[in-house]
Amino acid sequence: MAYRLKVNGERRTVDAEGDTPLLWALRDELDLKGSKFGCGMAQCGACTVHLDGQAVRSCSIPIEAVKDAPITTIEGVGASAIGRTVQAAWIAADVAQCGYCQAGQIMSASALLASNPSPSDAEIDAAMAGNLCRCGAYLRIRAAIKLAASKLGGAK
Amino acid sequence: MSATVRDAGAGLSRRTLLTVGAAAGGGLLLGVGRAAAAGTAFQPNAYVSIAPSGQVSLIAKVPEIGQGVRTSLAMLIAEELEVDLADVSVVTAGDDMARYGLQLAGGSATIRLNYQAMRQAGAVGRVMLVEAAAKTWGVAASECAARGGKVTHTPSGRSLGYGALTAAAAQLTAPDPNTVALKDPAAFRVIGKPQPNVDNAAIVKGEPLFGIDFVLPGMLYAAYEKCGVFGGRPKSANLDEVRAMPGVKHAFIVDGDGDIDSLGGGGVAVVADSWWRAQKARRALKVTWDMDAAPDQDSARWEAMAKDLGPKTPAHILNARGDAAGALKSAAKVVEASYAYPFLAHATMEPQNCTALVKDGKVEIWAPLQGAYRARPQLKKICGAADKDITIHYLRCGGGFGRRGASDFVAEAAKISQMAGAPVKLVWTREDDIRHDFYRPGGWHNFKAGLDANGRLTAFTDHFVTFGRGEKFAPWADMEGDEHPGGVVDHLQYGYSLIPLNAPTGTWRAPRSNALAFAMQSFTDELAHAAGRDPLAFQLELLTPSRKLPRMPSDLPAIYLAPGMDTGRMAAIVKLVAERAGWGRKLEAGRGLGLAHWYSHFGYFAEVADVSVGADGVVKVNKVWVVGDVGGPIVNPAGADQQVKGAVIDGLSAALGQAITLEQGRVAQGNFNDYPLLRITDAPDIDVHFHVTDNPPTGLGEPALPPVAAAVCNAIFAAGGGRRRTLPLNPARTG
Ligand code: FES
Ligand code: FES
Repeated sequence: MAYRLKVNGERRTVDAEGDTPLLWALRDELDLKGSKFGCGMAQCGACTVHLDGQAVRSCSIPIEAVKDAPITTIEGVGASAIGRTVQAAWIAADVAQCGYCQAGQIMSASALLASNPSPSDAEIDAAMAGNLCRCGAYLRIRAAIKLAASKLGGAK
Repeated sequence: MSATVRDAGAGLSRRTLLTVGAAAGGGLLLGVGRAAAAGTAFQPNAYVSIAPSGQVSLIAKVPEIGQGVRTSLAMLIAEELEVDLADVSVVTAGDDMARYGLQLAGGSATIRLNYQAMRQAGAVGRVMLVEAAAKTWGVAASECAARGGKVTHTPSGRSLGYGALTAAAAQLTAPDPNTVALKDPAAFRVIGKPQPNVDNAAIVKGEPLFGIDFVLPGMLYAAYEKCGVFGGRPKSANLDEVRAMPGVKHAFIVDGDGDIDSLGGGGVAVVADSWWRAQKARRALKVTWDMDAAPDQDSARWEAMAKDLGPKTPAHILNARGDAAGALKSAAKVVEASYAYPFLAHATMEPQNCTALVKDGKVEIWAPLQGAYRARPQLKKICGAADKDITIHYLRCGGGFGRRGASDFVAEAAKISQMAGAPVKLVWTREDDIRHDFYRPGGWHNFKAGLDANGRLTAFTDHFVTFGRGEKFAPWADMEGDEHPGGVVDHLQYGYSLIPLNAPTGTWRAPRSNALAFAMQSFTDELAHAAGRDPLAFQLELLTPSRKLPRMPSDLPAIYLAPGMDTGRMAAIVKLVAERAGWGRKLEAGRGLGLAHWYSHFGYFAEVADVSVGADGVVKVNKVWVVGDVGGPIVNPAGADQQVKGAVIDGLSAALGQAITLEQGRVAQGNFNDYPLLRITDAPDIDVHFHVTDNPPTGLGEPALPPVAAAVCNAIFAAGGGRRRTLPLNPARTG
């Protein structure tokens, strides 16, 4: 069955079963490989995208549930000032090691800053707790979020 | 001192050889490497080319797994060649060991083995480009200087970019790389200065860099079901039913080859036009498995066997010195304790995957691998292909940690592609990954030590119970005969007994040391307390006087053989870390500091943990101080800081929460809900300091990990939380 999805500002058609997880529709049907597969059960955050501006785990959302909600992926997040700033902060803070988890981290961080421009340490930890990093880049992730917040004018 | 370390390559000459030639399109090509054994052909380790456009390219033979090798190797070239780091592009080589020698991201070896040679290559290039410019202008080379990718004639101010000089330089005779003048480290502009990861821009945009992102035209996707019991073989399956499911193109049984690093017992492949469809159809599989015997591999059973064996005489002796039994008898105090640690899985963030195209006798592989030295021979066997018909591309790895030197997933993808007659991408689920790993083997240490009336260590014995057959340890389950404090005690006995194992074991970040340091350094702390002494003073006493310990004979490949510990280097950083952490200061009730150190992979690390123990016994790590001596310089301080912090977090992840257990032959865990990774909420502050010494630089992927578990356990004891002798400390609550 064909589903019309709004991905990164474009209408895209996905011809797949309704129970196909959004992650696999993005990766294999739409060739957007930035969202990553890590666990398939909402445990690791590697697949995080924005659905209606909220950070969600795309591995655990079937495409039939998406309906009209706009989807933003790591490939499109740079179109917003917040996304661009977070990406730049990730480069400036030199966060990535292997880099595999970082798309998901950036999506969670940019959703956090969109709703809370000046998060405290505890708020950062709470918002990022669903994103695992096997390489252990957590300290730089915290630093990068603070840097992005200050660039966006919201830092405390 | 540095001479000793240099010779530690166990007879490998450090002489660098170089080939120079014209690159395609008129550029300059330098091939660098170390002399091979006499009479064998020279194999360059790396190639550097300078294109007529001025673009510098480095072909790195070692795969990128997050250790930052693409960045650090580029830095070495940029420094000596006098170009900006931003102007060096790095291309990861394909597998070609005939050309490059061993290609492996492992053992924290890349910087140790390449620091000198890469600098020499850059310097040779610089000297040749300067000479080419001098010739062009008819001036003396000594009047010319290279900087920022161009040569300037200082008196006249004329300058030429490298690109314009490559053709002329390629005609010159290259200077001897072993005598070419290297830059004075005081003048370094790139080395020793923090440099961001060269791949950052691509990573933050989500570009398809990783193995799992690879696509071939016309490619199909495979999901693969194996028996949960290691070695189990598929007998029959409802293949027709599965073939009728949406998108499924093939479903078939893959026969095993009995080799756990290859096809093992075999499995059932489902090949479809998308991975999700393949996986969904796989879930509908009903497979009957053939097993040799009722599965007896079980953690509870092993636990009981180890408890039974522990007090008995070791079946085999690893090392004995002096008279341990006599010394224990005459000791003023004897301390006994048993320590245990579990199996661990790697759980690389990117699950294992591989894209294969096997057709007409040719094999092509695209995979996130740390090395293909195991995969290539398997491919020859499975596909019946000749070496020259096998091409292996190294794609970026979403983490390695020792998992991606194995070839099981490569063998499976190749076989499935061959049988399906199509290019196939095999992607494992997280559950496949956790249940079919090469695990860090578990073990039990039964220690006895003697202290004299002054609280000094006189005798030390360990009955190590782990896995293996006969007297042969399971892969990476072994220990050396001189694990510290084995090298410094007068009366020693290290013995072992083995429990037969059917599960695969392998390298896991800082193999062996990751477990041994926990047991040895925790028990050493225990001894200090039993002696009524400060653990810092007790540890330092064992390292005094400063001496270089001999190395035990070992089965390790020559390039990984480190010299024995230099106790002076260790004592220096133990003191330093204690100072930085404020050792001896008073902390509130329920909070304590713990100290541990370990020498592994040529690197010296000492760590102090600040830990709180809750009323519920739950352990929280507040801060970790790390001091390392990996020689000098620290090539990329930014990358080094990441590797150390990552290693500490990795060590904490394992110590706090991780355990793989087998229940009736099957791994009980499957995903991050029951095999937890440390989350950001539990990530402590980490203070990293490098004690730079004039020893040759060595790598950092591993040696910072081993001390952390013991430092935490020793801190728990100091906090009044009792002596914790079993890992993990906060066992997983399934959630
Ligand atoms: S893959 Fe979606 S949360 Fe792990
Ligand atoms: S950078 Fe490797 S998993 Fe986060």
